[in-house]
Amino acid sequence: MKRFLLPLAVFAVLSAFLAAALSHDPRRLPSALIGQPAPAFDLPQLQPDGPRLSNADLKGQVWLLNVWASWCVSCRDEHALLVEFARRGVAPLYGLNYKDEPDAAREWISRSGNPYVASIVDGNGQVGIDYGVYGVPETFVIDKHGVVRYRHAGPLTAAALDTRIVPLVRRLQSEQVR
Amino acid sequence: MIPEIGHFALIVALALALVNGVLPIVGAARGWTHWMRVAWPVARAQFVVVAIAFGCLAASFLGNDFSVLYVASHSNSMLPPVYRVTAVWGGHEGSLLLWTLLLTLWMAAVSVLSRQLPRAMVARVLGVMSWIAAGFLLFMLFTSNPFARLLPPAVDGRDLNPLLQDPGMVSHPPILYMGYVGFAVAFAFAIAALLSGELNAAWARWSRPWTTAAWIFLTLGIMLGSGWAYYELGWGGWWFWDPVENASFMPWLAGTALIHSLAVTEKRGAFRSWTVLLAICTFSLSLLGTFLVRSGVITSVHSFAADPARGIFILAFLSIVAGGALLLFAWRAPKIGLGGGFDPVSRESLLLSNNVLLMVAAASVLLGTLYPLFLDVLGLGKISIGPPYFDSIFVPLMTPAVFLMGIGPIARWKSARLPELAVRLRWAGAASVVAALALPWVVGGWKPLVGLGILLAAWCVSASAVALWERIAQQQGPLAARFSRLPSAFCGMLLAHVGIGVFIVGVTFVKGYETERDVRLEPGESLTEGGYAFRFTGTREIDGPNYRAARATVEVSRDGRTVAVLHPEKRLFIVQQTPMTEAAIDRGVFRDLYVAMGEQVGAGNAWTMRVHIKPFVNWIWAGCLLMALGGALAACDRRYRLVPRKRRAAVPAPVSVSAPASVSLTVPRSPRGAAPAPGTATREAGTGSEAGEAGR
Amino acid sequence: MKPRLHLTRWTVPAALCVVLCGALHGGPSRAAESDAARIRELEQSFRCLVCQNETLADSSADLAADLRGKIAEQVANGATDAQVRDYMVRRYGDFVLYNPPFKPLTWLLWLGPFLLLCAGALVLARVVARRRAMRPPQLSADERRRADALLNRTSEDCGP
Repeated sequence: MKRFLLPLAVFAVLSAFLAAALSHDPRRLPSALIGQPAPAFDLPQLQPDGPRLSNADLKGQVWLLNVWASWCVSCRDEHALLVEFARRGVAPLYGLNYKDEPDAAREWISRSGNPYVASIVDGNGQVGIDYGVYGVPETFVIDKHGVVRYRHAGPLTAAALDTRIVPLVRRLQSEQVR
Repeated sequence: MIPEIGHFALIVALALALVNGVLPIVGAARGWTHWMRVAWPVARAQFVVVAIAFGCLAASFLGNDFSVLYVASHSNSMLPPVYRVTAVWGGHEGSLLLWTLLLTLWMAAVSVLSRQLPRAMVARVLGVMSWIAAGFLLFMLFTSNPFARLLPPAVDGRDLNPLLQDPGMVSHPPILYMGYVGFAVAFAFAIAALLSGELNAAWARWSRPWTTAAWIFLTLGIMLGSGWAYYELGWGGWWFWDPVENASFMPWLAGTALIHSLAVTEKRGAFRSWTVLLAICTFSLSLLGTFLVRSGVITSVHSFAADPARGIFILAFLSIVAGGALLLFAWRAPKIGLGGGFDPVSRESLLLSNNVLLMVAAASVLLGTLYPLFLDVLGLGKISIGPPYFDSIFVPLMTPAVFLMGIGPIARWKSARLPELAVRLRWAGAASVVAALALPWVVGGWKPLVGLGILLAAWCVSASAVALWERIAQQQGPLAARFSRLPSAFCGMLLAHVGIGVFIVGVTFVKGYETERDVRLEPGESLTEGGYAFRFTGTREIDGPNYRAARATVEVSRDGRTVAVLHPEKRLFIVQQTPMTEAAIDRGVFRDLYVAMGEQVGAGNAWTMRVHIKPFVNWIWAGCLLMALGGALAACDRRYRLVPRKRRAAVPAPVSVSAPASVSLTVPRSPRGAAPAPGTATREAGTGSEAGEAGR
Repeated sequence: MKPRLHLTRWTVPAALCVVLCGALHGGPSRAAESDAARIRELEQSFRCLVCQNETLADSSADLAADLRGKIAEQVANGATDAQVRDYMVRRYGDFVLYNPPFKPLTWLLWLGPFLLLCAGALVLARVVARRRAMRPPQLSADERRRADALLNRTSEDCGP
């Protein structure tokens, strides 16, 4: 007679999964690059007459890459946080200006404040594709060896910064360079 | 004022539902007739009250009352009146109200059309359905109130999603929901049977027409959804294995298994606990579908805006209903006992195989739909499961089911012999092989999968023809008389099976031979595809009631003769500022010509367009229609309608199944013990067709 | 009689051949296709990450257009289907594939239906065996005569 309990058991397991799933966001996508070397880039800077920047130049330090654009509405939500983060000097913040008009981008930056050490221009979005960018803004944490360690999709929140990104950055900074 | 009346009506409906959930069930358990008698009028009252609430919401929409939050979110003063009414079920809250309305409609129908059923059973059925209604009303009142106010009122509404501003919106959701909710009746019958402990062939006979009716609605609902997506979404597809589509397909598969299982339980008293379990599963899958769509756990183009509170509530409701039912099943089912014995080759075993295959298919669809969720919860990453997976799983599972479908109708109950069946079906088999080899050549060249599809489709049709032929040959008299004497249940079965064959033809030819071209056309340019020439002559700006559109003219000709002039449109809806492409289709029995506009390119009037040729695509929906018609014929069989007259004529009912007083477990343990009692009942209460069915 | 049996005898193997052909050729056609058709098929096998309910082929998102361009570029450069898929997966993960890959994580997914079918077949076999055991015992000729005598009927009156 125990076999009559089987449907109930199956249903109980199913319900448990469904209940757990309620706290997960099905649209959120984890980065496929976590633990992989950051894709190479060699791009001009947003600032005119600035030298080209490549990821090789950034090896040996922990740095953040923030994907942004002047046409991106959600970027405004996180901009104040970024400026504050840059002021704290925790780690250098570089910007990836994604599929934007350089003039409009420069104008927006000068108006809203520039939290970036430098911004590189990805006019056709190729570097974005290499980084698996599927929406703007996104923020990556890359360690001293040039390996991607974290990706935050969507505007940064104070909670995400304080509880995840900053502690991670500090931990990575204390790692020895091989 | 009107929204408040509606809100109040919902509260009254909840009170009525709670009353109707308690009194009749307790009354049936104790044999208190006056408590049981409450069920009928209160069920009808519930329908009236919920209808009032629905009417209030519809009135708010028609009257553009933007002080109601739901109306402001889904309507607009420029929205044509017909779509203002359909917007009632365009969002989460309103569609829940539609759900509840249809549930109370089915309850009212059961209360009116079940005079020949035992009183205690109907009381229990109405009681169970009232509990389900209560659950939905609680859900609405606590988390999804359609009458919530928006103060200060919006100046104008946010408009209905442009994709929903379409005639499909008038028919697809209500009919689909009729199907979803209709299986609550079968569920309630099953629970009533478990509660009373009486589960015999008579019970199966009574629940069959209701279950078939729900199945018909679900079939039509899915068909309408598929047809609507085909012409509305602009990419020419008609089934995407989207999680919400799967959410409607799983109850359909389980429901199909259920109507076949009920046949065995009615005719032979066998598979009783299995049938009860199927009834519980089918409705639970309906509720699971509701959960998936409204909780936000999966992404789908159909999902309503998600809210964790709603998700928790529906999951709790699903757990109580399904969990409670399965618990009751685990407790009571062992006492139901088994039905008659049968041979390894017999109609029973064939139907059991059909059931197993359908349920494995439903379970596989469930697995594919929920697997990404399982992995995500376990922290194992995210994957996507799309049409390639489902197609490769579903076809191998359904192939044997379709094959068995040809044999079932001609196999005898209890015992059949395989060599004899093979001989009787030899011509059907031969015809199928010939068709499988020849037809693909004619339509577009032979391909193995197309051959397989035609083999199965031809098998459905020719095996049904054999069954019909044998039945006619058995009778005497002129041909016309023989046809008219065929029971409508038998005709319905054959028609539904033929419908499946027609459906398979449509799917096979569309998937095998459809063509698609993406082109950029300047005005005056032509595209040749599949023997047709599509000439784009230019566009015109037009104004719709709440949109602006570029309307293109495409002349289609074949061998120099104009076949059709198509007018695809690219619309921009004013309020939501969303663009939408409205495809133009020239429909035909043997092919559809489908043109959809893409984007305007360059400074001139050049446009990118997508042109499809879809052979036999309308056979897909024709097949579904035939299935539904077959179901309708089966549900109208005389034996469901003649029972009251015969029962009055019969000597004091020897069948004790309607004893309202006791709830004792009357079904004996001995395997064949139950068989004679229902046999007696059906023979006395049945019609002349019963004798004719002995050979079925 | 003989011609009829011949028909039966050949129908089943012929039908099985058609079935096997269909089954073996299941899935996307492996015949050589033009580049355009290949590109189209590839585009339809990827999920658009922005509007997550559409294929890359149907989506109107900017990213989808960019990725379609990339796919076309790669096919033109001679990349195989596997290489294109690898390119996409390396950047976006398995999520971007509508056809889930066959790896340990998805074994249960791909083999699940087959396992369920086996379970179903087992249940079927058990039920049939149990029901078969419930069939009434066949009477011997002697016993039947005794039973008929007791029932006051001759055996010619009853059917088989």
